[in-house]
Amino acid sequence: MNKYSNSTSAAFKKAAFLWYGISKTEIPTTKNRLKSYRKAIFLVTILFLLGFTPNYGDTIVTGSIGEPRTLVPILASDSSSGTICSLIFNGLVKYDKDLNLTGDLAEKWEVSQDGLDITFYLRKGVLWHDGAPFTSKDVEFTYKSLIDPNVRTPYGGDFQMVKSLKVIDDYTLKVFYKEPFSPGLASWGMNIMPAHLLEKEDLNATKFARNPIGTGPYKFKLWKTGERVELVSNHDYFEGRPCIDGYIYRVIPDTATLFLELRAQAVDYTSLTPIQYRRQTETEFFKKNFQRFNFPSFGYTYMGYNLKDPKFKNVDVRRAINYAVNKEEIIKGVLLGLGRISTGPFIPESWAYNKDVLPLEYDPGKAKELLKNAGWSDSDGDGILEKDGIKFSFTVITNQGNDERKMTLEIIQRRLREVGIEVKIKIIEWSAFVSEFIDKRRFEAVLLGWGLSLDPDMYDIWHSSKTREGEFNFIGYSNKEVDRLLLEGRRTFNQEERKRIYHRIHEILYEDEPCLFLFVPDALPVLHNRFKGVEVAPSGIGYNFIKWFVPRSEQRYTR
Amino acid sequence: MGKYVFKRIIGLAALLLGITIITFSVIHIAPGRPTDLEAQFNPKVSMEARERIAHLYGLDKPLHIQYIEWLKRFARLDFGISFMDSRPVMQKILERMPITLTIELFSIILILLIGIPIGVGSAVKEGSFYDRFMTVFVFIGFAMPTFWLSLILMDFIGVRWGILPISGIKSLEFEKFGNFEKIIDMSKHLILPVFVSAFGGLAGISRYMRSSMLNVLKQDYIRTARAKGLREKDVLYKHALKNALLPVVTILGLSVPGLIGGSVIFESIFSIPGMGRLFYESVMARDYPVIMGVLVIGAVLTLLGNLLADISYAAVDPRIKLE
Amino acid sequence: MNKLTIFGICIVGFFIIIAIFAPIFAPYNPGQIDIENILTAPTSSHIFGTDSLGRDLFSRMVYGTRISLMVGFIAVGIASLIGIALGAIAGYYGNWVDGIIMRFIDIMLCFPTFFLILAVIALLEPSIINIMMIIGATSWMGMARLMRAEILSLKERDFIYAERAIGASDFRIITRHLIPNAMAPVLVSITLGIAGAILVESSLSFLGIGVQPPTPSWGNILSEGKAVMGAGWWMMLFPGMAIFITVLGYNLLGEGIRERLLKS
Repeated sequence: MNKYSNSTSAAFKKAAFLWYGISKTEIPTTKNRLKSYRKAIFLVTILFLLGFTPNYGDTIVTGSIGEPRTLVPILASDSSSGTICSLIFNGLVKYDKDLNLTGDLAEKWEVSQDGLDITFYLRKGVLWHDGAPFTSKDVEFTYKSLIDPNVRTPYGGDFQMVKSLKVIDDYTLKVFYKEPFSPGLASWGMNIMPAHLLEKEDLNATKFARNPIGTGPYKFKLWKTGERVELVSNHDYFEGRPCIDGYIYRVIPDTATLFLELRAQAVDYTSLTPIQYRRQTETEFFKKNFQRFNFPSFGYTYMGYNLKDPKFKNVDVRRAINYAVNKEEIIKGVLLGLGRISTGPFIPESWAYNKDVLPLEYDPGKAKELLKNAGWSDSDGDGILEKDGIKFSFTVITNQGNDERKMTLEIIQRRLREVGIEVKIKIIEWSAFVSEFIDKRRFEAVLLGWGLSLDPDMYDIWHSSKTREGEFNFIGYSNKEVDRLLLEGRRTFNQEERKRIYHRIHEILYEDEPCLFLFVPDALPVLHNRFKGVEVAPSGIGYNFIKWFVPRSEQRYTR
Repeated sequence: MGKYVFKRIIGLAALLLGITIITFSVIHIAPGRPTDLEAQFNPKVSMEARERIAHLYGLDKPLHIQYIEWLKRFARLDFGISFMDSRPVMQKILERMPITLTIELFSIILILLIGIPIGVGSAVKEGSFYDRFMTVFVFIGFAMPTFWLSLILMDFIGVRWGILPISGIKSLEFEKFGNFEKIIDMSKHLILPVFVSAFGGLAGISRYMRSSMLNVLKQDYIRTARAKGLREKDVLYKHALKNALLPVVTILGLSVPGLIGGSVIFESIFSIPGMGRLFYESVMARDYPVIMGVLVIGAVLTLLGNLLADISYAAVDPRIKLE
Repeated sequence: MNKLTIFGICIVGFFIIIAIFAPIFAPYNPGQIDIENILTAPTSSHIFGTDSLGRDLFSRMVYGTRISLMVGFIAVGIASLIGIALGAIAGYYGNWVDGIIMRFIDIMLCFPTFFLILAVIALLEPSIINIMMIIGATSWMGMARLMRAEILSLKERDFIYAERAIGASDFRIITRHLIPNAMAPVLVSITLGIAGAILVESSLSFLGIGVQPPTPSWGNILSEGKAVMGAGWWMMLFPGMAIFITVLGYNLLGEGIRERLLKS
């Protein structure tokens, strides 16, 4: 639910790609306005107008294939842990339903004129679940943990830009940056941890990881390893008591079983695959018992080239591959139409996305021509192009466990074969995929997805300095202008200025073709019909989770 | 008897050593280092940091030293700390083991209860329709891919007919149940997995029982018994069966690793938090200490199974006495 | 001959013929993607329906037969090489050689084999070759034991003494005389082993680390079928039945061989 509440998504961008697409359970945000939701909203309004007490009660059961690893929020790098942490903890800021930054634990904040420091004014009277008051000490502690080299956190990056943090009083603190850093504000969406409980603990091995105390709308109740995590509503939550009393996160490792459990209504909330959405849930039964959503997810799938490889040095060759691949066909075949073509590394609906960059049409003729001009020809008549006696054949690697990527590759493989390029597919188990192939640059091409954060800063992915082992510019992209623009984009807080910068980056990236941008898949969450009050907004459906409710007569899990 | 057991246990210790050596080598032939797991998410982690973590885990030492250190800890039943969530490996295994063993135990009992009569019946009526029918029946169980059978059962029994729960081991409201309800609830959850696991293992025991029984029936003492005019029923069930059962005891011990191995599949499909799934998850996450731990414990369980089988064999069979 | 054995032979033969003549039986190219016809139910043009990329399921099943049987045959081939060699050596030389080999077998028998396969395949990579090698390397123990037992009884026979008397080398005695005469019981193991290997491959595919697509194997087609369960029953039914019937066939054949051995 990290993605759907968005409170931590800025911090998640570093790790997001790693999980994007492996887990089926992250339930992102929505944009659609479906009729039934209007109805639901209407219903809520009526109920409140009539002066009913809110319908407290019932439990929501979420089904997921992954089990959380740790509930120490700054260590949680998988989507399961992130989902649960986002219900137990809060950040200083969060994104609201319209994707604007708003206060969470911070009531308000001020950014200085020169952009070098931010002052946060914290909410007063917020209590940790154990009753202790929340103060700026906790923020300071969280910051110190994030930059502590002994803490194995993946989220340190943005906080390295902080020069110092000064606690002014219990409810005021000031953050000084080394240089103006516009993504910095959003990074304070990082979940804040209680200093009084963790100060003397080794965060890497603390018991807190399985028994967390936060400030959030839900309190931790129990964690049965391999079965489920249970949360109960925090009646003293500063935004009000959540309507749904219980939250159960069920771990069901097999997707087929998960779907059967959904059909048996033993799971209320999960996300669907395109096939399930189009073919398996179009039944009367599903329409009667479940509400389905589809809206663009915050992530895109691409095929990245190893730009150090001589085959891919020539931009015309890369463009030829783009012409030769039919993106429409992939969306139709793999996503069953539930997605859209992407041309750049931004959320399609966001201000950073340059709508003037148009995808190249499928045109195998042009592809062949470009390849011919680049010196590739089929001299031995085997249907595969050669240049200087070397065949145009390359291997694309992708991670195991993602059917969409596998199918995408199979379609690409066929289309490229038609223009004389042989593609081999290699599917590798995740951890070896990262450590043996991505980190060590042992690949010719790779099919992956990047998760997208709401802030468009992508310094770590595209800057030419980020190409060392283990860093994220693993395709080895280097463009002076992009380098400069990336830095500029980070240094200015001016939205118009940033828009211009990121639009330009978008243009350059599509001209340079360091990778083949393929598609943005839709997120396809499904939710049991008894849950009402779900409002669809640009940020999705999860932002008002605490206001979701079940009318008393329909409540299922009662004490 | 005591001496026999003692001798066996000494032998077991030697086997155990061999088991740890093989496990250790299996883990270390794999490419990649466990530190990748720690560092891979973080672009800020430098090579120095990786080396520091490597040092922390003792991965910078030569293999044989690492092995000896591992062995020393193993002697204290300490399998180290899981890379994934920093919890002691032993604790992770212990919390997963009971459910796996319970299912295994129930399915062994079920296999015996069904498999032995089938085997005996087939042997007595060798070549009959019954014999052939049962042959095909038990092989059907063996031949069905576990997950295929499970999904079909879950779909029909769990979803369409709604008779049994689909997955998991307890209902969500379990904690609110009374004791009796708790037992009923868990049993309901265990029916499908135990059945699937037992159906697959039926062929082994029943075929073994059949050939053992056939073998006994050819023996002279059976012929003698018949010649003496004993009733056929007594010949079969008093004399033949008793002798034919003996070797089945040993085969039981040997079937333990198969059952444990199969647990990966049905624990995944039925969402049972057992050892099989723990193993699969740790393999996928390269959680080396857990992989080592589960492999060794799995092997030790088998060893114990074999030992128990042998001891009971020795206890029952008058011909085997203290070597 | 027993009716069941004949049934087993028919099944085994049937699928071997399909595997050998796959290109003749398959009406389509098994890799032919057709996104206009995703997951269509069986019709006269696609008698087994199509898969989630619109490929003809029947053609994929036919080619999958090749892969699945190949996994079975080669894995068992490897297992029997190891098993027969070690069993023969242990049986023939006896003493400490026997001791070491037998202890090694005892150790290997302690491991939950599937765990071992899983660990090695996931840690290396799930290529067809790795899968075959690892299944082979973890399933030879039974054969070795059988071989050893046979050789122990054979090596005391007169003709072996005769061979030795004329100065035949150990290698010659083992490979020319002992092994061929001891093969019969091992044959049963081999037959059953093929069935076992096919099942193991399907289990690995279920976990996503079996034979990797686009190469079709019965196991990975079935596991794809699992992903679209409810939207394409044919994706579950046909590969499941193929595995089931084949494994049954090999088991019946194995039983048949065993019976004959007992009788003779």
